[in-house]
Amino acid sequence: MQADENAEDNTALDTYVVAAARTLGLSVEPAWKPAVRANLEVNLRHAAAVGEIELPDEVEPAPVFGA
Amino acid sequence: MAGCDPWATAAETARAVAAGETTALAVVEAALGRIEARNPALNAFTAVTRERALASARAVDAARAQGSPPGPLTGVPFAVKNLFDVAGLPTLAGSRINRERGPAPADATLIERLEAAGAVLTGALNMGEYAYDFTGENVHDGPSRNPHDTAHMTGGSSGGSGGAVAGGLVPISLGSDTNGSIRVPSSFCGLFGLKPTYGRLSRARTFPFVASLDHVGPLARSVRDLALAYDVMQGHDPEDPVCSERPVEPALPGLDRGAAGLRIAVAGGYFQRHATAEALDAVSRIAEALGVTQEIEVPEAARARSAAYVITSAEAGDLHLGRLRTRAADFDPAVRDRLIAGALLPAALVVRAHKFRRWYRTEVLKLFESVDAILAPATPFPAPRIGQTTMTLGGAEVPLRPSIGIFTQPISFIGLPVVVVPVPLAPLPIGVQVIAAPWREDVALRIALALELAGAAVAPRPPD
Repeated sequence: MQADENAEDNTALDTYVVAAARTLGLSVEPAWKPAVRANLEVNLRHAAAVGEIELPDEVEPAPVFGA
Repeated sequence: MAGCDPWATAAETARAVAAGETTALAVVEAALGRIEARNPALNAFTAVTRERALASARAVDAARAQGSPPGPLTGVPFAVKNLFDVAGLPTLAGSRINRERGPAPADATLIERLEAAGAVLTGALNMGEYAYDFTGENVHDGPSRNPHDTAHMTGGSSGGSGGAVAGGLVPISLGSDTNGSIRVPSSFCGLFGLKPTYGRLSRARTFPFVASLDHVGPLARSVRDLALAYDVMQGHDPEDPVCSERPVEPALPGLDRGAAGLRIAVAGGYFQRHATAEALDAVSRIAEALGVTQEIEVPEAARARSAAYVITSAEAGDLHLGRLRTRAADFDPAVRDRLIAGALLPAALVVRAHKFRRWYRTEVLKLFESVDAILAPATPFPAPRIGQTTMTLGGAEVPLRPSIGIFTQPISFIGLPVVVVPVPLAPLPIGVQVIAAPWREDVALRIALALELAGAAVAPRPPD
């Protein structure tokens, strides 16, 4: 069961890489795809860690902008 | 002669030139000779601005002969990471693609400010491609090599900035630091390095990496040199949209006040769990020299590193999107694949990381109500060998490259000022971060000088 879910996740991420890259006008050559995908997985793991903490709705994003 | 000694400090050189004991021309000719002799082994310079340097040195000497008051860096040679614009050179930012850019029409603001203080630019320095790097390796220009052992990394991405100063080619260099790129080479090469508060020093006419995280600053072999360079580079610059409008707050006048009376703590938890024995030893030595026994927990440091990772990937992916569409094959393949992955990140995850950044900043700033500075390792280990790809940390084998920045990323993430102080362990040195509250570079520099004077922090000379 777990193996099936992992396989589904893998397929979904592969599909996402192809679709998102196409949407952005990027061509990812087949030889690059495993590394792109591996980097994206690391990014998503980090993003998931960030998402685990509960933040108030009122928290403003922090990039610096001077009007 | 002080100014021609490769290990003379910038302060000693400027004093000797100002006193007429030597000339800027003699100092610069000596530096150019060292660059010619040693750069083949170190691969620190990607361009040497020889004619410009000689002309500048002659101009410095002519001004002195006419009675003009000498600047605080008069006759001091320096060099800059090759993402700083140097008039007449293409700004490579470590890439192949940028070699096709036309020559930069003007110097970066910080070069202008150093030269206004009498310093003399000698060239542009090697770096990791587009600054997306912690190693100092570069597939186009070859790796920067560590002067303490040329089989080892300088650290990056300001690799040449570390190698040039640690190797005695110039006393001061400039680097940039988005996630650790000044602090990592300072640690691996055994140097003092200053990453100022975000927005303190102008980034105008430097090639960007991650706009919301990019800082610039100096590396040197002495704290006084760091402060000299820092002070003359301060000041608002309307050409950098995030450069602060705060007045110049010079560090030199209070530099000798010592660390007595300052409340200092060692960062525990995250900053100790992932460190090797060498990194922990270095922090212990620095803490002992300062009489520091208090430990403090930086809340959610691991998550801060994760959020910095996400923001870096996404902003860098956006910056290079056009080049990824048209020139993907011309990138370093490892950099290209990280950039593409960053461009594919869903926007909601990136915004979330920026929200976490606000929350984390608030929490960390509370620590500075009870302490003036925090000590933490700069890197988890001393310089690895060039080409090394994994490292054992906490008993587990981990990918090397991203692990190098685990202690620097949670700090630059919220723009805190840091001075890295070198601890001369054998066979290779390693650095400790002295982290201060926003806009309190003066506090970190005071502590660094106290450590240097006590002999606990020393920029070691490499073997001949």
